[in-house]
Amino acid sequence: MSITTVSSLFTTAFELGLISSLTVLALFLSYSMLNVCDLSTDGCFTLGAAVGAVTVLSGHPLLAIPAAIAAGALSGFITAFLQTVMGIDSLLAGIIVNTGLYSVNIAVMGKSSLLNMNRAETVFSKTQALLKGTALEGQFKLIIALAAVILVILFLTVFLRTRLGLAIRATGNNVDMVRSSSINPTFITIVGLCISNSFTALSGCLLAQSQKSVNIDIGSGMVTIALASLLIGGAFMGKGSIAKRAVGAVLGAVIFRIVYTVALRFNMPAFMLKFVSSVIVIAAISGPYLRSRLPEYMRRFKGKGENIC
Amino acid sequence: MLKLINISKTFNKGTVNAKIALDGISLHIKKHDFVTIIGSNGAGKSTLFNAISGSFLTDTGVIELEGKDITLMPEHKRAKFIGRLFQDPMLGSAPGMSIEENLALAAGHGGWLSVTSKADKAMFREKLALLEMGLEDRMKQPVGLLSGGQRQALTLMMATINPPKLLLLDEHTAALDPATAEKVLELTKSIVKNEKLTCLMITHNMQSALELGNRTLMMNHGKIIFDIEGEPRENITVGGLLEKFKTASGTELTNDRMLLSEQEEQK
Repeated sequence: MSITTVSSLFTTAFELGLISSLTVLALFLSYSMLNVCDLSTDGCFTLGAAVGAVTVLSGHPLLAIPAAIAAGALSGFITAFLQTVMGIDSLLAGIIVNTGLYSVNIAVMGKSSLLNMNRAETVFSKTQALLKGTALEGQFKLIIALAAVILVILFLTVFLRTRLGLAIRATGNNVDMVRSSSINPTFITIVGLCISNSFTALSGCLLAQSQKSVNIDIGSGMVTIALASLLIGGAFMGKGSIAKRAVGAVLGAVIFRIVYTVALRFNMPAFMLKFVSSVIVIAAISGPYLRSRLPEYMRRFKGKGENIC
Repeated sequence: MLKLINISKTFNKGTVNAKIALDGISLHIKKHDFVTIIGSNGAGKSTLFNAISGSFLTDTGVIELEGKDITLMPEHKRAKFIGRLFQDPMLGSAPGMSIEENLALAAGHGGWLSVTSKADKAMFREKLALLEMGLEDRMKQPVGLLSGGQRQALTLMMATINPPKLLLLDEHTAALDPATAEKVLELTKSIVKNEKLTCLMITHNMQSALELGNRTLMMNHGKIIFDIEGEPRENITVGGLLEKFKTASGTELTNDRMLLSEQEEQK
């Protein structure tokens, strides 16, 4: 394998990592801050991809981005509405919305489960044309992905320091305290999920445009992959300021993609991606738990031995 | 100031587990009153506070605060006028957020998208210094690192940073060690006095029930069975109060913690 192939493989992994890190940042907001495990992520990712693709195909590549963001926010609103106003458990609300979105997404894509943007003008092709002749010409994908990630991180670091942002964090931390501060947690949960889902949809929209196609399964397993990335990032960055943790989330997504790319090189079949992400999430969540129980297991094990004697 | 008219609440209505928690309570609290509330386990003291602060909707009755009907007002809206402290010091603050962030939320200054101003930070610092716990130098630290007493003092500050019309204290010093409890109680007294708050306090300590405030209520089985203020209250002893409970309710006053504290006193 030549050096150029290796470097291009890593660049691709890096780009993909950055684009999917937007979904990781969405989970950073909903899972780490608001303490809601948003299982509508998969469907919302596809929704963003589908809405973006349809807008691109109608000849408005720039409009695709706000359109996808708006669609994501709407999807987040419904998930949040179900769990706050309608009294549906938050996990169940996510699953229900995810299921519903499958039909919605096919409808958005014009009753098709596959859309092609090969000949359409996308945000990426527009940027490529813009950069023609400059040194950055080949890096148009990286530039867009990086710009999106930086904007979202900047937004998060500023937003989470505002009163609304503090209220989101407090809602995930101690909801009674939010109520006693005269803040309605229903409103806060709705705002939080609208924002996080708009990031997810943006992530889907960019991925679809960068690979110039959408299929209905583009988002399947995204929630587990993003969660795995978030936990990897947390393991690397640890606790700290919001900005540091947000950067950690992005780092986690990039590391995940690079490890995956390397694994593919070592002949791991591509279909194993989701299995691997599941294993990572299991290890990351139950690892600390099992470690904390270790002394107890050890004592039980030793105790057994003594009884026999 | 606070008017309760015929407040009732039954939990698990229509089942074998039905429990009448509040049984037609009517109560009138005057402005600047400091009322202490005592009663057996399960007498409905905390349920009364839940009803006032809006944790649930009562089955019957009307709740008025300063002439305004708040019976149907949701909890978070009532929180503007009603501050509340619980026995558990963990309940009142967000452990993962810093002292400063907790105070900023409690203060609620500025619009949704505003960040905590320098003036506010200076004000928090000044107020924290009054607690004499050194918290003013730890404003960036997460609240989860504080001790129970420090957290309760912080919660007290959060509940009164915008002076509420009514302050509800639900055995807020019961989970603290005696010295810290004493300190938090002193803080409570000075805040209530300085801000001229109207205050209801549940306590298991009969002595402080009589020493603190200007009126004492005794509850049993969801009813107020004894209400004493003014001169008769000044002249009554803890023994006399227990006797009153016996005649009013027909049973001995039973409260696990109360028994414990009596034993401590006998020693």
